Amino acid sequence: MTDLTALKYSEEHEWVALDGTTATIGITDFAADALGDIVFVELPAVGTELSRGDVFGEAESTKSVSELYAPVSGTVVEINDAVVDDPALVNSSPFEGAWLIKVEVADGALDGLLDRDAYVAITEA
Amino acid sequence: MTEPRYTPLRARHEALGASFTDFGGWQMPVRYTSDLAEHHAVRQAAGIFDISHMAEFTVVGADAAAYLDYALAGRLSAMTVGKAKYSLLLAEDGGIIDDVIVYRLDDADFLIISNAGNRDAVREALQARTDAFDVTVADVSDEYALIAVQGPAAEAILAEVTGIDEVSIPWAEQKYYAWATATYAGKPLLLARTGYTGEDGFELLVAAADAEALWDAVLAAGEPHGLVPAGLAARDTLRLEAGMPLYGHELTLETKPAQAGLGRVVVADKERFVGKDALAAGPAPDARVLVGLSAEGRRAGRAGYAVVAEDGTPLGEITSGALSPTLGHPIAMAFVDASSAEEGTAVFLDVRGTKIPATVTALPFYRRKK
Repeated sequence: MTDLTALKYSEEHEWVALDGTTATIGITDFAADALGDIVFVELPAVGTELSRGDVFGEAESTKSVSELYAPVSGTVVEINDAVVDDPALVNSSPFEGAWLIKVEVADGALDGLLDRDAYVAITEA
Repeated sequence: MTEPRYTPLRARHEALGASFTDFGGWQMPVRYTSDLAEHHAVRQAAGIFDISHMAEFTVVGADAAAYLDYALAGRLSAMTVGKAKYSLLLAEDGGIIDDVIVYRLDDADFLIISNAGNRDAVREALQARTDAFDVTVADVSDEYALIAVQGPAAEAILAEVTGIDEVSIPWAEQKYYAWATATYAGKPLLLARTGYTGEDGFELLVAAADAEALWDAVLAAGEPHGLVPAGLAARDTLRLEAGMPLYGHELTLETKPAQAGLGRVVVADKERFVGKDALAAGPAPDARVLVGLSAEGRRAGRAGYAVVAEDGTPLGEITSGALSPTLGHPIAMAFVDASSAEEGTAVFLDVRGTKIPATVTALPFYRRKK
């Protein structure tokens, strides 16, 4: 199991895990539950330059469409083809199997993101 | 804002962990666990839906049948006792105030079930049309709960429910679009073999006070058959696959029945009925018509998205759309120009700037095996 307290979070319900200079990004269980069953995920091409707040993709459920917002700035170095092939992973494994993209980031890229307690607080507001 | 309304089954939905959504001013369960799982359960086994938000009206009096022939689009006087019929409540200009199901309970006694969001408009229109008739229309919505049990296992499940007794017609002999009576816990229960999923199934009209006990009893009987509670998300994809219109999407005050493929519901040769004169003039020459659209891939067109030609020329607009859980590809209903309405016509869906190829397809998208 992922240690959720080791992740950082955005107010748009993305999570970020940092390993060296590589940030792995996904959406939270809260967001996945709110959307319902995810049936389509669109992700950016490797090499795409993202600035924090950019729309980097879309997640569609049977009922709705949601844009995905980059929680950090950087260059996309890898995308998760498994989740494009099987979007239901977002619901079944939001923090593990359904990571969405990996982004090469600069020092301090995660500054200003929320810790677990602060994120949980906004989902319970 | 008026306060959100809850059905008598609110506590059951909360206990089952439902997510709620606003629907026509009501807080209704949108899903319990997974809308896809709930959808598939209804296609393969059964689902139980709380549709108590829907409105019920009684129409009673010596002239009840003649009144309905005047107030609604169909010829309800020709319906025999024991049957149900889909009909439309039209405005004077031929627009659709609501689509309804009418049940003939007796010669001079009918029940109308309408959409939740149109309850006030339906009541006002029905009551405004009674003047020349010996008839009384009453809104009895608050007295009842309505529980739908839908899916191929529905009949077998209901036959096993503890507490449903005195069934007036054996379950297997109850016909589609007909009703029977029974008792639940000794009190009257109406069993209608109707639904909004494209599957066999029943809708149970029960006194509001008995709704929770009946819900529990159906769940208990249904569990070994694979019945699950199902929310509005599944209900919407099920009805869309079945090509059934949803008021506010395919049907509106601006929509004429023939445009929505419901010309057959209007008995135009009745001597008089509300909307007759306007519809006699025929549709506007540029009136768009409702079609089904099928696309490939997984990206769905949604309500409000444009239907366009390859060069971007607007051809129409999607009214409902989703990735079909049963078929595995995107489906939609849309109003398009008559010149693009023929089956097989190639069009494009403008999905947030990306053109997705689609084909005009006969409705329904899904038809259950008999």
